[in-house]
This record gives sequence, C-alpha cells and structure tokens, in this order.
Amino acid sequence: MARRSRKANRRHPLATVLLIAIGLVVTGGGYAAFSSTTAATAETDTSSQQVIDEGEKLFASNCATCHGMSLQGTDDGPSLIGVGAASVDFQVGTGRMPLAMQGPQAMQKPVQFTDEQTAAMAAYVASISPGPAVPDESLLQADGDAANGGELFRINCAMCHNVAGAGGALTEGKYAPELTGVLASHIYEAMLTGPQNMPVFNDDNLTPEDKRDIITYLKYVENNPSPGGFELGNLGPVAEGLFAWIFGLGAIIGLMVWLTAKSN
Amino acid sequence: MTSIIERPEAEAPATPKKGGGITGAAANYLDERTSISAVVKEFGRKIFPDHWSFMLGEVALYSFVVIILSGTFLTFFFQASMVETHYEGAFVPLKGVEMSAAMDSALHISFDVRGGLLVRQIHHWAALLFIASIGLHMLRVFFTGAFRKPRELNWMIGFVLFVLAMAEGFTGYSLPDDLLSGNGLRIIDGLIKGMPVIGTWTSFLLFGGEFPGTSIVGRLYTLHILLLPAILVAFLALHLVFVVVHKHTQFAGPGRTEKNVIGYPILPVYAAKAGGFFFLVFGVIALMASFFTINPIWNYGPYDPSPVSAGTQPDWYIGFADGALRLIPPGLEFVWLNHTWSFNIIIPVIALVLLLLFVFIYPFVEGWVTGDKREHHILDRPRNAPTRTAIGAAGVTFYAALWAAASSDLMATHFQLSIEGVIHVVQAWAVLGPFIAYFITKRVCIGLMKKDREIVLHGYESGRIVRLPGGEYIEVHEQLDDYERWKLVDYESFEPIMLRPNSRGKITPTMRLRSAMSNWFFEDRIAPASRTELEAAHGHGHADAVTSGTPARGQLEDPTGGNTHH
Repeated sequence: MARRSRKANRRHPLATVLLIAIGLVVTGGGYAAFSSTTAATAETDTSSQQVIDEGEKLFASNCATCHGMSLQGTDDGPSLIGVGAASVDFQVGTGRMPLAMQGPQAMQKPVQFTDEQTAAMAAYVASISPGPAVPDESLLQADGDAANGGELFRINCAMCHNVAGAGGALTEGKYAPELTGVLASHIYEAMLTGPQNMPVFNDDNLTPEDKRDIITYLKYVENNPSPGGFELGNLGPVAEGLFAWIFGLGAIIGLMVWLTAKSN
Repeated sequence: MTSIIERPEAEAPATPKKGGGITGAAANYLDERTSISAVVKEFGRKIFPDHWSFMLGEVALYSFVVIILSGTFLTFFFQASMVETHYEGAFVPLKGVEMSAAMDSALHISFDVRGGLLVRQIHHWAALLFIASIGLHMLRVFFTGAFRKPRELNWMIGFVLFVLAMAEGFTGYSLPDDLLSGNGLRIIDGLIKGMPVIGTWTSFLLFGGEFPGTSIVGRLYTLHILLLPAILVAFLALHLVFVVVHKHTQFAGPGRTEKNVIGYPILPVYAAKAGGFFFLVFGVIALMASFFTINPIWNYGPYDPSPVSAGTQPDWYIGFADGALRLIPPGLEFVWLNHTWSFNIIIPVIALVLLLLFVFIYPFVEGWVTGDKREHHILDRPRNAPTRTAIGAAGVTFYAALWAAASSDLMATHFQLSIEGVIHVVQAWAVLGPFIAYFITKRVCIGLMKKDREIVLHGYESGRIVRLPGGEYIEVHEQLDDYERWKLVDYESFEPIMLRPNSRGKITPTMRLRSAMSNWFFEDRIAPASRTELEAAHGHGHADAVTSGTPARGQLEDPTGGNTHH
C-alpha cells in the first residue's frame, strides 16, 4: 500500500531540491551574464548612455563640490569643460583627484576609484564637451626610438623633471614629480593635457610618435639599472657628495681610529 | 731646527747588517754607489706621534695617488676634442645622437673599454674624497692651532693645494662635455662675464669665442692633466718637505715638550702602517666605485646649450660657490656708463674671495694679535683657544650655509617645502648663523675649560657616599692621576695686550686696533690651574680655596678639612 502510493506519486522526493537548484542556476547565471555584458560595454563603449549616467552620478557626488554641477568650475576648482577624458583619467587615475586639500599642487595619493568608475567619469566629462581622449594602447608599448625620446626629453622635460626623471623643485612649493613608476598612459596623458603646472605638449608640438619615444626612453631608464651600481636616487652631485662625506670619509675615519687604537 | 731633539720612546729596531744574502748584497751595492744609507737612517728614525686625526693629510695624499693612477688610465682612451660625431657605442638610448668626440670617448670608456667604467668611477670618487679629506685636514690643523709658528708658510702651501684641488676637480668635472658639465661651465662663464669691464673679453679669451665654442674641452684638458697636476705635485712635495723639516706637532702629554716629538719611528712602524693604510684607502674607494654610480653621463646626455636639467649642481667642493649665487637677493643689476653692473654676481664672488683670503692669512692675523713669536709644537685642544675655535665655528657655519644653499631645490622637494622658503631660511642662516655659532662655541669652550679646571682641582664625583664615624656623609671625589692631570693643565693662557705708548710716546691707530683685537681674543679666559692652586686644593690642612663649587657641595666638602676626599 505504502509502496504503491509512493510509486503512484508523480514527483521524486528530491524533485523540489532539484527545482530550486535549477532556478538558482538560471537566475544567478542570467544575472552574471547580464552584468558581465554591462562591464564589457563599459570598457569598449565609453559613450554608452548608461556609462555616462553612472559617471554623472559619481561626478555629482565626488567632484561637483569644487568643479560645479555642470563642470563650469567654482572658486575652489577650475572649469572642466573641454579637458577631455585624458585629463580625468590622469587626475583620478593617479589619485591626484579628488583633492584632499588645497595646496600648492595636487599630491599623488592612493587611487580612490576603480578603473571602471574612472572611465565612467571620463566618459561623462567627455560627453559634455569634446577634449583629448585617452591615448591608444599602441602608443603606450614603450617600443619606440629611445634615443630620439631621450633627446626630446632633455630638451622639453628635463628642466623640471631632471634628466633621469628624478623630479625637481618649482616655485612656491610646487614641484615636478618623479617619473619612475608612472604608467605609460599617465605619462602620455600628462604631456597631452598639461596637469597642474605642466605645460601642454599637444600633437603639433610633440607628435604621438614623439610622445611614444619619450615613454620608451623613460621606461628604458626605469627598467635598466645603472651600469655603474646603485644610483643614489639619481639626484646627481648632491647625493654623491653626501655619500662621499658620510660613508666614504666616514669609513676611512673609522679605519684611522682603528689603526691608531691598535698601536697603544 | 737644532733645538728640536727627537727622542723615540720605542727602541728603533736594529737594521740587518751583513750576511743578508742577496738583499744585503743588493743594499750594499746601492749604498756604496749612492750613500743612501744615511738617508734611510735619517728617515727611518724619524718620529711621528700617534693620533687618528694626524692621518687626514695622509688620506688626501693616498687618494691623490689613486687619482693619478686611475687618471693615467683614462687618458689612454679619452679624446679632448669637441669635433662633432654621432654616438655608435653600446648604450642604446644615445645611439645615433650627435655629440662631441669628448663625450663620445667618455661613453666609450664607460661602456666599451674593459674596466673603463670602474676606473672612471674610482677616479671621480677618489677626487671627491681627496678634497673632502683636505678640508677635514685643514679643519684639524686650524682647530688645534697647528698653523702657528713655524708652520704658517706650510698652512699657506696647504691652502694653495686646497684651491688647486678644487680647480683640478672642476676642470675634470667639465671634461666629458655632458649636459651637467656644460651647465656648470655656463655658470662659470656667467661668473666671468659678470666681472665689470673685462668680463666679456675674458670669457671670449677663455672659450675662444662665444660660449661654448669648440676649444674649451681641449684647454681644460691641458690644465687638468698637465699644468694643474704639475703645480699640485710641486706644492705637495714642498708641503711634505716642510712636514719633515718642522717635525710633526703633538698633543700635550707627560714628557711631551716643545723640544721633542714622542711617537714611533717610520721604520718599521709607520712604513708598515702607512703602507697598509694606503691600501685601505684604495680599498674603500674601490668599493665605492664598484657599487655606487657616480656622474652617470649616459643619463645626462651630450651638452647642448638649450636644455638645463632640474637638480643641476656642481660637485660638492664647488657647492659653496653655487650656493652663494643662489642666496644673493635679486634686483642688484643695473646699467651704468653703458655697462651692465651685475652686483648679483660681483657680491658673491667678492664674498667668496674674502672668505678664502681670510682662511689664507689667518695664521698671520692670529700671530699679530697675540704677538707670539715663539715656536709651537704642542697642539692646542680646541677648547683652550676659545676665540679661535669660535671663529672657526663661525666660518664653518657660513660655509655650511652656502653649501646647503646649493641643494636648496632638493631640500624643497624632499621635505615638501617651498624653494623660496628654503632660500630665505638659508639666507638668514648665512648672515646670522656665524654670529650664533661664534657665541655658542665660545661659551661652550669656556664652560669646558671651567669643567677641566674643576676636575683638576677637585677631581670628579665618584658617586660613592661615605659615612664618617662622626655621622656625617661625604661624597668621595676621585682624583686624576698625574698623567691625566698634565693634559688638562698644560696650556697657555694669553692676556689682552695693554695699550701703552710706544717709544716715541704715541699711541698709533694700529696699536689701538691690535689692542682691541687682543681684548676680543683674550678678554674671556680661564687660566689653567697653577701649581699653587693645585697644592692648595690637594695639600693637607688647607680648605678648598678655589671657587666654583656649588654651596651644597661646599657644605659636603668643607667639614672634611679638604683632605678626606683625596
């Protein structure tokens, strides 16, 4: 009787569990598929309205206090009309923006947004008015002519950033930062947009290929350690002089004291 | 010099006489033909006192030897020519770049000559150490009063060596014709052009036309490897001859007088020590050169008058001149009589020349103020000549301010300051710092002399408290032994010169000046404890006659009758 009734039962006892499992897989998988599609869109199509809307929200809550709700700028921050996606990618992508405090210039600090969020804000700013775009990957491979890049770097950049890219002082507490450890895209964007006190090197001034060569040179210096040994920060004669006095002469005086102590 | 008797403490070892095999035979052969044994005997028995600071000059000498050795190697490969060429060596980022033959050959030495980079770095590190050790050596001589009669001339020779070393350094720094050296030359060119009337002519004469021209590297090379080294070696030889003639100074100590030198003989002690020390110095330089980059000309690239790199500084020994240019306030340039008068250049140059001139003639200044015509072979402890030490400290502070100013931009970036702020602080330091250093140093010296005197007369507190049978407590004072005490009392105390009319009954302005200077030097002084004072302090049955005990301690000491704390 019991067996029959069980047989007659149309459903297997585990059917409910299976059904729930299938339901979860379908909804979860569907959701995952859907969200990955949006992510892919964000990377490829920066002009999609959805991304721009996302960027607008981020902008309104993080940037508009100083730059204004419609990018018009306020007393605390400049207008962003026409700065382009490249500028946003540089300023936000290196952690300079949002600004922690007003000072001689924006300091680098830990990056506060994900790459997607940065791209969304860049898309939003670019959608309001056109400006320099984020550079193409093909220019950022550091595979150009290092010799040409070195020459251009010495002529155009070294007076502030130092020949070895070690950075240097400007007036009133401003400074040109060190260039080692900076992403190729950020170097390119900096030349293109002229952040902070840096002049703009537009494509008529330094062609995209010239910019690529400069990046090639900087990456060569960064990736090839000095053939002479430790570089002492690439700071030139000051570091060398301090080293000679403190460690060179220091070691020799130590030996002198040791030599004269032994005789007594 | 006959008044000086060398009396070595240690018995000089007997030199092997006959039967020395081939060495003995060779020595004999030489001696019979050259009579060299007299020289060896004289020099072998020469006595030098032992103190670590007496070896600073040796460091300078040894680094100079290293410089000559490494420099000779470099001349085999360096081309002192400004002919234009294109680099085709091993360093990728400069391939095909237009540069002078000098830069090309310097890169060739760095990348393509076996061991070339190591030798280049040895040469440059040794040069930095050479001048640094000269500087420290001069400070040692200054602060211990070793420049006094009969050594004033040797002080001046040493000063000339210092200036020659800086000139050698600067001409060497300029040779590779890289961007950094070209910028340095441009500053020198500016200094020369800043001289009124003759500046531009001089610059054109030096550079063979408008800067940079095509002849400066060749000219500097001649100076660097021929003229300056020749003069330097000549003065160096003279300097050493004087060291031998005057004999070495020594610090005060028991048995050490103005008429003897106590120490060890050259053979065998110092010959071995100094020879070993040469290799130690060479070793330190070689280690630095092996592990630490110096003057990476491949980063700087070839010279081109348009680019100027951030962080362009001269090597450290020229830093004080660069700093002086950075410190001078703006707005000192004007046109007068159809000439530009660049007082922003003239003032720093004059200040530097005066500073160097003062160093040069200081022995005569002090000799004139003290009127002391005696020979001095016993060194002063710096504290026992408070005014001299304070003047030295003021000079060091001024030099340090100029020196620091040369790295104002690096201080600004590394400490996140504004460069104007750094410059203003260093300007204040350069003007006020010497006075502050003078007063602090003088007070510290006098304080230390008081402390010495106190220790000589009363001993030092041992921290041991003893209860006497009567119930009172005293602290036991440890007395110095005679050897230690000697070092603390064997110094001279000068007194200011009284202003008295001369034989013609007049007081001249010079006499007034000298009297004023003498007052300035010796007004504040602590006389060394005299024999009477010592006897009073240590003799039985005498109370502590000497001042400067605090009342509380006086109460502790006095009831003991002055003898229990012996």
